[in-house]
Amino acid sequence: MIKKIFFQSIFFNFFFFKEVFAAESGGMPQLNPEFWISQIFWLTLTFGILYIVLSKLILPKISANLELRKSQIQDNIEAAEKQRKDSESKLKEYDDIIFKSKLEAKNIFKDSREKVIKDINNKKETLENQINEEIKKAEKEIEVVKKSAPEKINKIAIEASSELVKKLIGAEINNSSISAIVDDLSKKNGDKYYGN
Amino acid sequence: MAANPMTQFEVYRIGPEIKIGTFDISFTNASLFMAISSLAILIIFNLGSKKNSILPNKIQLLAELSYSFVSKMISDTAGSKAKPYFSFIFSLFMFVLFCNMFGMIPYTFTVTSHIIVTFVLASFIFIGVTVIGFIKHGFGYLKLFVPSGVPVILLPLIVVIEIISYLSRPISLSVRLFANMMAGHTMMKVFGGFVISLGIVGGWLPLSFSVALTGLEILVAFLQAYVFAILTCIYLNDALNLHH
Repeated sequence: MIKKIFFQSIFFNFFFFKEVFAAESGGMPQLNPEFWISQIFWLTLTFGILYIVLSKLILPKISANLELRKSQIQDNIEAAEKQRKDSESKLKEYDDIIFKSKLEAKNIFKDSREKVIKDINNKKETLENQINEEIKKAEKEIEVVKKSAPEKINKIAIEASSELVKKLIGAEINNSSISAIVDDLSKKNGDKYYGN
Repeated sequence: MAANPMTQFEVYRIGPEIKIGTFDISFTNASLFMAISSLAILIIFNLGSKKNSILPNKIQLLAELSYSFVSKMISDTAGSKAKPYFSFIFSLFMFVLFCNMFGMIPYTFTVTSHIIVTFVLASFIFIGVTVIGFIKHGFGYLKLFVPSGVPVILLPLIVVIEIISYLSRPISLSVRLFANMMAGHTMMKVFGGFVISLGIVGGWLPLSFSVALTGLEILVAFLQAYVFAILTCIYLNDALNLHH
């Protein structure tokens, strides 16, 4: 059925084609000069108006818009660049400050340490000096005591021996003779006792 | 049914007959579509240039992209000296493009499918370019016909060929646009006629052809406008920067 219609339609095409191209009166309407002048006139008029309005009013505006946008974008880029540089320099400054303050803190620490060490050393020295002095003084005293010791011993020995003699024999013996004996003995044995 | 594929190109009077002297300048369907195209261009580009926002809206983007497109085309082909002629080439490109595109809408009239219209545009360009050439270079412009580095024996022949090719510029420019538009629209009409005559059963093939042709014709409409404008730029380049 469909096949039949298809072939029929193809077959009857010829009639239709005749009808389709029946109205052809030959030639192109483009070559008919009847409206040529009219077309030239209206073309000149419309295209002229189009050209004048575009070139005087619209295109300068579009151009200005584009330029403005370009310059604005350029400005923004420049501003961003400037701010970036600013922030970079600020960061550098900040780093510098931090570095400087670290250095300062180090110096202060060092200084104070040195000062403390110096102080301690000073105090140590004075203390040592004092101690030395004290030692010297003590040594001197000891020396003095040492020097005076044999005489006193001799005296005590004289007194003790005189007392002993008195008690033993009940006679007074001349002190001078006793002292001579003691002196003699001490001279003999003094080195043994006092180590001088 | 407008069966003849050529009837779509017929010009008829709209409204009364207007005459200046013996010349008939009546308003016709061709005039109507010229006016519509011009008006559409003006409206679109006026809307596109009205507001200037950093982030352009669609119509502004359209206007600005067209502007930079034509601007780039001119600077690429004719250099920076062609800047004063930017508005003319822009108007020309837009006019031809819009006339071609309006012709793609069914039941409309294609202004550029008429040889007289394209010929007037082409001869205006030809005369304008020649005048610019003579103003810029004086009689030195005639050196255009004498290419450098050609053997002396061949020179007479080359000069004749160059002159012929120069003089045929308006014809080739106008016929190219006119023939392309006419042929495309005729083809579409013929295939449209086939769809009707083959009916519901056999009409699908020409219909699909018709659809494909419509796409092709839209491409051609743009391409021919572009070619028309770029050839104008090339002619202008010859006149502005004499290379020979």
